[in-house]
Amino acid sequence: MFAYYLDLAIRSLKRNPVLTFLMVLAIAVGIGASMTTLTVMHILSGDPLPGRSANIYYPQVDATPADWHNKNPLDMLDYRSAVDLWSAHRADRQALIVDSSVKVRAPEANLPPLMLTMLSTTSDFFPMFNVPFEYGSGWTPADDENRARVAIISGNLNDRLFGGKNSVGKTLRLKDSNVRIVGVLKPWRPSPQFYTVVAGNYANGDTAGFYGKPEDVFVPFQTGLEVNDGAFQQFTCWGMPSTPGHLQNSPCVWVSLWVELEGAAKVASYRDFIASYAQQQKALGRFTKTDTRMLDLMGWLDYNHVLPSDVKLQTWLAFAFLAICLFNTVGLLLAKFLRRAGEIGVRRALGASRRTVLAQCLTEAGLIGFIGGVAGWLLTLVGLWLVRSQKMPYSDLVHLDVAMFVATFALAVAVSLLAGALPALRASRVAPALQLKTL
Amino acid sequence: MQIQPILAALRKHRLATILIALEIALACAVLCNATSMIAGRIAAMRMVSGVDESALGNIAVTGFDPAQANDLNARMLTGLRAIPGVQDANVVSSVPFGPQWGVAGISLDQAGKRSGGVIEFYEGGPGTPQALGLRLVAGHMPGADDYQPLQGYMPPNPRVLITRTLAEHLWPGENPLGKEFWGMNITFRVIGVVEHLMVSQYTETGVRGADWSVFVPAAPGGMLSGNYVVRADPQNIDRVMTEAKAAVRTIAPDVVLDHDTSRTVGELRHAFFKTDRAMAGILLGVIAALLLVTALGIVGLASFWVAQRRKQIGIRRALGATRADILRYFQIENFLIVTFGIVLGIVLAVGINLSLMKLFEVPRLPYWYLPIGALVLWLLGQLAVLAPALRAAAVPPVVATRSV
Repeated sequence: MFAYYLDLAIRSLKRNPVLTFLMVLAIAVGIGASMTTLTVMHILSGDPLPGRSANIYYPQVDATPADWHNKNPLDMLDYRSAVDLWSAHRADRQALIVDSSVKVRAPEANLPPLMLTMLSTTSDFFPMFNVPFEYGSGWTPADDENRARVAIISGNLNDRLFGGKNSVGKTLRLKDSNVRIVGVLKPWRPSPQFYTVVAGNYANGDTAGFYGKPEDVFVPFQTGLEVNDGAFQQFTCWGMPSTPGHLQNSPCVWVSLWVELEGAAKVASYRDFIASYAQQQKALGRFTKTDTRMLDLMGWLDYNHVLPSDVKLQTWLAFAFLAICLFNTVGLLLAKFLRRAGEIGVRRALGASRRTVLAQCLTEAGLIGFIGGVAGWLLTLVGLWLVRSQKMPYSDLVHLDVAMFVATFALAVAVSLLAGALPALRASRVAPALQLKTL
Repeated sequence: MQIQPILAALRKHRLATILIALEIALACAVLCNATSMIAGRIAAMRMVSGVDESALGNIAVTGFDPAQANDLNARMLTGLRAIPGVQDANVVSSVPFGPQWGVAGISLDQAGKRSGGVIEFYEGGPGTPQALGLRLVAGHMPGADDYQPLQGYMPPNPRVLITRTLAEHLWPGENPLGKEFWGMNITFRVIGVVEHLMVSQYTETGVRGADWSVFVPAAPGGMLSGNYVVRADPQNIDRVMTEAKAAVRTIAPDVVLDHDTSRTVGELRHAFFKTDRAMAGILLGVIAALLLVTALGIVGLASFWVAQRRKQIGIRRALGATRADILRYFQIENFLIVTFGIVLGIVLAVGINLSLMKLFEVPRLPYWYLPIGALVLWLLGQLAVLAPALRAAAVPPVVATRSV
């Protein structure tokens, strides 16, 4: 029966090509716009560490003076609190993190010096965040301790400096110090670059920068602080740092700590640990407040409103547009079906039930939806190409995955069936006698 | 023309009428809000920076030893000033649309009790205000002895230029000359007021005003090094910048040129507003597509009604109605439906705006957008219905005598 309805639907669509074209166009444009924005949103709001993110936490304590009336602890930690919490090793894994800009030269590669972002971190960073290695491996906890002059570089930098060959053991010059390369990463592109996300609350929705590429150079925390001394930027300060760029003893926050805790018991005990740390520091007179906080990874991203507000706004806009297209299609389908009232009357008089008329009309609406879906898919590809050509920090991430491809057609058919439901219902209620009389 | 029969006819086609009215309502709501957002973005893009953008270029280098800063500054200034066409080159902390250099909270008393807000500090060597093209509206430009060496980030007792907007914010209605404010344990004294000097990285919805900037005269060295502003004739600036970037390699072979911020101020501005431009473009595209779809919907439905009512039209014509009567019938019918949609749409537009204000901090919809949106949709409706209505008017009276 379905094949017959399909045949009828194709005939009906061919009979009035202009109207058909208008309906397909409306659905295609609406689907194209919605799916483009939805795909971007889907990619930007994904979990950067699938399966692991629930165990990753961001502990915070508050070292600000009493006259600072911040509601929550600041987005980063002061040096001493960060190092104290890290050295306690109370979590399954823990990593200190600070970014700085460093001059990089490779004595073997004949290239002008580069200014790159360097992440100073601790050995747990790589296993904790599932960082993939192409060559070599991470450094050891002993290297953290000994301030070893070792580094790990990104695959991208390895391509630039060493033509993609195994560069483990080679020397890299960071500012004025030589470090030995111990590892090269595979292409690694967490979205967003979650571990450096801070200050989202002050970004006013302009958070596209959170989706940038990871650093090119990774060194042990204390090594980084030594070789690039003078180049560190504070997140904020409650007094002037005595030496700009050297923040170890400054009244500033500038370091982050990430910890991995498996299971609710460990999480609860770590919360107790940071709370008692804050109490102890207050007793020592270093803290004036005992506020602490520990959000999990996704909670921290939520708190920072990582999804750029322009992206959210575009999605709203696209769906409003789709709604307009939907109303439009309902109106046009209604016109189309009721115009055939005579034909439907004959079918009904010949014994077709209301349900079969309904099925026939919905088949036609579904067909329009499918054609609209194909055109909408093409328009989505065009839309995504446009997004990529915008050169936003996240542009290289944007692609249509299988889930969104399926969603495109599902949305198109759902929209057209929804649009077709009301007109089909009206058409199936056509009274046969009345129509036959007018023939 | 009587409206009664039209309303009676519409009541018979309730469903289709409601659908098209809803479509128009949604279109009206989106149209008003999208236009208002475009206007907001365009207003941001038109912001006055206060510097001679077309004549200025920024050169930024990094990766030098702070101990060599004085030597680097001297070599850079000599090298840049030697490029043919360069009118002036100076050490400056940043330029509008360049990297943000110094932002700090200030207070209006030494104890720090009366906050003056968070403002932007620009620092520059001798001649910088003139090179930037800052326009003085009161007081005087810094003299040679005002350019003192830095102690950390700032010179010890800076005598500064502030913008008119900031002066009005700090001391409403008072003469700002000679006034003092405090920040980072330093006393700043105002010696001059400039017309505009935009903050480097302005965000529309931030608490900071676009023009809340201070120019601090300072002797180059220490933290004030590595960033230079080059002034040239607007016709030469592109060539000068290309040569300047090439010259850096010979002036200071060991430093790293920051390509992203070493551009003309015009280019920096263009790059700064990239997302706003893209968003305005998207909004414009949505408006166009939306009006098109709405118009097509009206055409489709009106055509259907015309075809459906051929016989009735024929009867009316046979009974003496003129072509103009038939034309007017469809025009008035469309006007009524669109009006119905607009009334709903205005309510919806205000509702959407209120929720957008909560979600995205977009500004309040100016109320005069609503009548303009209504007018656009009325015009669109009339244009869309014209062709089907003309076809209806062309129905000959003889149709009345035919059976189908």
